[in-house]
Amino acid sequence: MKHIIKQVFPKTVPVLAGYLSLGIAFGLLLQSIGYGPGWAFIMSLLVYAGSAQFLAVELLAAGSTLLQVALLTFLINFRHLFYGLSMIERYRGTGIRKAYLIFGLTDETYALLTGFKVPEGMRDRDFYFAITIMHHCYWICGSVIGAAAGSVIPFDTTGIDFVMTALFAILVVEQWKTNSKHLPAILGFAITIGALIIFGADNLLIPTLIVLSFALLCLRPVLDKSEETKEKPEKEGAHG
Amino acid sequence: MGDRYIIMVCAVMAIVTLLLRAMPFILFDHGDRTPKWILYLGKVLPPAIMSMLVVFCLRNVDFLGGSHGIPELICVGVAMALHAWKRNTLLSIGISTVLYMIIVQNL
Repeated sequence: MKHIIKQVFPKTVPVLAGYLSLGIAFGLLLQSIGYGPGWAFIMSLLVYAGSAQFLAVELLAAGSTLLQVALLTFLINFRHLFYGLSMIERYRGTGIRKAYLIFGLTDETYALLTGFKVPEGMRDRDFYFAITIMHHCYWICGSVIGAAAGSVIPFDTTGIDFVMTALFAILVVEQWKTNSKHLPAILGFAITIGALIIFGADNLLIPTLIVLSFALLCLRPVLDKSEETKEKPEKEGAHG
Repeated sequence: MGDRYIIMVCAVMAIVTLLLRAMPFILFDHGDRTPKWILYLGKVLPPAIMSMLVVFCLRNVDFLGGSHGIPELICVGVAMALHAWKRNTLLSIGISTVLYMIIVQNL
């Protein structure tokens, strides 16, 4: 148990920084409309979806109907529909932890689990579970701190949310080094930028994911032939 | 707005989010009978989605006004270059994030 935490923790430090700061921002917002740390705890424990929870603050403040809540949650979290596809094989044999692994499949957890190799000597399911539960704890802690004491943070944290952008950016590099075919990564950039220009910042994800999946399926004859890895995954210790 | 309302909102959000995350498993996780094209998509999507998430994170950057997204582009470039060179996660993310914070706090 201890050696698992010791090996996994360094990989989660960027998410620790990101989830704590975003969680604090969320807790502050929630508290500003009259719901304290207890509610921040319940929501982060049960919903566990960053961007949807930020939206929830607006919906709560506006007194939106439950149908509106359901619809907007569906739209904003639609991308998660695609994440599980990559985890079907990975999550086989994870036993009773599987339900929790699926529940906790956020952007950042998906990114780490698909981007980094399982450290040598560690069981896959322990690695998946440790990352998932650590991320969840960071998010809960951040939001409770934010709701309880976010306004007394003594230093300027402007710009710290860039840590998430940096995390995804370095995982692009990881994927680039690990995969022999670079077309999926290039298509990801091109199609998302296209969707951003055409549909705007608020509506880009759904068209992006649909076009991206369709394009990748059309390219299957080219991409599916030799999806072997180019180089051996790096050894434990190369990170952090 | 009472407690009942926020509990209902939390419940609805939790159920919709969980259903979205669980749907691929409900539909396709049936041992050997998982369609090959689904497994293929699961393999090629991660690099594509990583690129998507980078753009998604920068979706609200104003490239036409303000600082024209220059701090963001520089710092993403620094993160990727450092990582291509040293491949040390904490180093790449730490330096680029601190650099970004210094730039935007002093603009």
